[in-house]
Amino acid sequence: MKGWMGKLRAFALLGLTAIVLSACGKENLTALDPKGYGADQSLYLIILTTVIMLFVLAIVMIVYTIVLIRYRKKKGQEDFIPKQVEGNKTLETVWTIIPIILLLIIAVPTITATFDLADESAASDSLNVEVTGNQYWWHFNYEGQEIQTSQDLYVPVGERVYLNMMSSDVIHSFWVPTIAGKMDVNPENENTMYIEAQEEGVYWGKCAEFCGPSHSLMDFKVIAVSQEEFDQWVEDMQNVDPEAEPESTVAQEGQSLFQENNCMSCHAIGSSPAQIGPNLTNFGDRSTLAGVEDMTKENLVQWIMDPESMKPGNKMTGNYPEVSEDDAGKIAEYLMQLEPSEITPESAGTE
Amino acid sequence: MSTVASQKRGFGEVLWDYLTTVDHKKIAHLYLIGGGFFFLLGGLEAMAIRIQLIKPENDFVSAGFYNELLTMHGTTMIFLAAMPLIFALMNAVVPLQIGARDVAFPFLNALGVWLFILGGILLNLSWFLGGAPDAGWTAYTPLSVTSPGHGVDFYVLGLQITGAGTLMSGINFLVTIINMRAPGMTYMRMPLFSWTTFVTSTLILFAFPALTIGLFLLMFDRMFGSAFFDVGLGGNSIIWQHLFWIFGHPEVYILILPAFGIFSDVIATYSKKRLFGYTAMVFATILIAFLGFMVWAHHMFTVGLGPVANSIFAIATMAIAVPTGIKIFNWLATMWGGRIEINSAMLWALGFIPSFTIGGMTGVMVASVVADYQYHDTYFVVAHFHYVIVGGVVFGILAGLHYWWPKMFGRVLHEGMGKLTFWTFFIGFHLTFFIQHFLGLMGMPRRYWVFLEGQGLDTGNLISTIGAFFMAFGVIVMLVNVVYTAVKGEKAVADPWDGRTLEWTIASPPPHYNFKQTPLVRGLDPLWIEKTEGKGHVTPAEPLDDIHMPNSSILPFLMSVGLFIAGFGFIYQVDYNWAYILLFGGMAMTLVCMLIRSLKDDHGYHIPKVELEREAD
Repeated sequence: MKGWMGKLRAFALLGLTAIVLSACGKENLTALDPKGYGADQSLYLIILTTVIMLFVLAIVMIVYTIVLIRYRKKKGQEDFIPKQVEGNKTLETVWTIIPIILLLIIAVPTITATFDLADESAASDSLNVEVTGNQYWWHFNYEGQEIQTSQDLYVPVGERVYLNMMSSDVIHSFWVPTIAGKMDVNPENENTMYIEAQEEGVYWGKCAEFCGPSHSLMDFKVIAVSQEEFDQWVEDMQNVDPEAEPESTVAQEGQSLFQENNCMSCHAIGSSPAQIGPNLTNFGDRSTLAGVEDMTKENLVQWIMDPESMKPGNKMTGNYPEVSEDDAGKIAEYLMQLEPSEITPESAGTE
Repeated sequence: MSTVASQKRGFGEVLWDYLTTVDHKKIAHLYLIGGGFFFLLGGLEAMAIRIQLIKPENDFVSAGFYNELLTMHGTTMIFLAAMPLIFALMNAVVPLQIGARDVAFPFLNALGVWLFILGGILLNLSWFLGGAPDAGWTAYTPLSVTSPGHGVDFYVLGLQITGAGTLMSGINFLVTIINMRAPGMTYMRMPLFSWTTFVTSTLILFAFPALTIGLFLLMFDRMFGSAFFDVGLGGNSIIWQHLFWIFGHPEVYILILPAFGIFSDVIATYSKKRLFGYTAMVFATILIAFLGFMVWAHHMFTVGLGPVANSIFAIATMAIAVPTGIKIFNWLATMWGGRIEINSAMLWALGFIPSFTIGGMTGVMVASVVADYQYHDTYFVVAHFHYVIVGGVVFGILAGLHYWWPKMFGRVLHEGMGKLTFWTFFIGFHLTFFIQHFLGLMGMPRRYWVFLEGQGLDTGNLISTIGAFFMAFGVIVMLVNVVYTAVKGEKAVADPWDGRTLEWTIASPPPHYNFKQTPLVRGLDPLWIEKTEGKGHVTPAEPLDDIHMPNSSILPFLMSVGLFIAGFGFIYQVDYNWAYILLFGGMAMTLVCMLIRSLKDDHGYHIPKVELEREAD
């Protein structure tokens, strides 16, 4: 990818800067402004293929325009019979060979990148996270670290993190456009991909495989923080006391309500492997509720009382005792003070 | 007998005529009416989708209903609109183009159309019977197996019945083209539309069984307690994706190749030139069809098949760009040096070239595996396949309809309205779908019921919805045009476009026996050859004699009704025992009809020579 290919790349980048700047989309969601290794590789190929294909389109359009201007039926041509040409071997050979060459130019870096991104040789020396896709939330288990969490995936910046992904129900697809392309999360086999964020930040992730009514609400975050911040976060998460008593009395009442209503039969706080529902260890640190709503007490109360109104088809609806608004408020108070770490999405900068 | 068509008849008589017809021209009308109806239905579903996405976090429709809409939009447009409309043109044109009096198996042809219509109705009745299928037109397992209610059951049975009809029609056209070409009509003298019909029929023959098997397995899983796709019981859900795409990718070519054929005929006719590089065009078609079976896994790059499989399928996919490119340049070269007449049929062909080239470009782009890790399942892919299917297939169908309407109905579509349809639809199409390439790359996955506020996706979606309204307007004008033409349209002569092929040698619409005497074909573009040699008409290959014709029959309709009833039986036997009455009753009805068909000798009838002589040319 050096030499003339490098020049082509530089030229292509220059040419597309204008388009990218005007239609880039939201920072930390778009694939057009990558901040991760995989997304970088993808964008390179996107630009390379676009430039080559625009070249082909340009040729087609030039011939097309000439044809339409020169050979459109004109007045006084009613009796003109064009020469009936059968074909032209030279021309036909030319427009067979040139596309083959152009495709080879695309094929070689495509295959190189495909094998590069499938490289698992560094997996054993890297941080491995077990990712589970569920209707409609994500679970992350930091292998060998005794850390379980849901919805927010904390990773150290500049490090390869291997994700070993499986689904607990239907097929989902893990996609964080700004950092890496997507990989399906299947119920029958573990798929592995690695991500490597190059800048600190909170990156939006989305489920990209149709998975039911709330498919469009299955967002999550990848939070890339510095190595020191990450180490701090790991330590904080490992030291969580799941039974810790909250400071405020309201939250204390919420905690007992949480236990009385058997919320723990699906949810977990701490590194317990239970995961019928999302793990809530650092619930208060999250910036969004259920992946898509603002993290406010009001929203949380609504969620506890009627999750169906926020995520149609979720598995919580109808599977827990009815909760009064008052009790929901207390539980919300308890959940929102579950902030075990200093390291939050804010540590990684704004979204 | 043969003058009946021109006489006034009661509604009941016409209805009975169409219910029992085995005439390929009337079957074409049935396909057109059925396909046209479902096209409008699919269009309404598309409009609802676009209205829901006009602004962020909209609540025009609920999440569950939105999933039904997107599933039914895709399923309807592919299986119940695009395919039948293509079959309408094949039925109307191919026997005429090869100089035949009908297809090889007229009875089977009628069975095919009724299976399509009743399968389509069965599928759409799900709207009124507890909810339509909601697992996407691809019905990926396990989502489709676990989808509650009967929606997906209707999908399985509806497509199974429709698919059986398609498979029959494919076989029918294969046999017709192999056996029923007029004397002198060698393979390498066939018009491109007949050629692409031939190749498409081969694709149907090999691709549809994969769908049939997949649907049966899904049916057993959902209705009879098997576990082919149930991981928990040792099944495998990825197998469905393979089965579906082994059918699904060739399906893309089943749709686009006939469109290529239409454009080849339309462009040659209106450029007043022989198709440039005819042989290359034929072999490009065959090559595309062949490669079409080797690329299914490019729909599955993110499934985790590994870098080796992904690379192989990427290369195979890119290879398809070569024959497709040959075709684009050959069409341009056909127009080069010609005398291009631009009317509404030709406008669709001219609109197709840039639109489809963009679709082909993005096709190569999504073949680049690592780039596809970003494109996959986003609006980029939605944009890509709409550029191919609308910009290729729908433009092709519309070009074909404007071109052959006079031959099918004896009247010419109104030119002004035709052009208005083109321009609004063409502009609306690019407005709707071009921006979606960017929406995808900006992080919008497909099949999203809502997109969130403040993610930079608002403007693009708004533009896209505005474009959809332009397209809807174009379709409405087209409808008005059809009604206007039926009532007041200009009567068509036998050869309104100074045509080149055999269908223009006979009256518009043709008599029910098509050719009084089978024509003798002396080369490619037989009518054009006779015109340039000053004769203007094709020499008959046989003396005038009695013509053997097949009898009409109600059996194909009754067989299809039997399967339609049995379909309900299969769906409801899960919940209710009485449904077995429907299941066995319906199957019995079909089997009895088959028995009658087998035992009853039906030799058809002859149109006597005297009567043919009486009729003026």
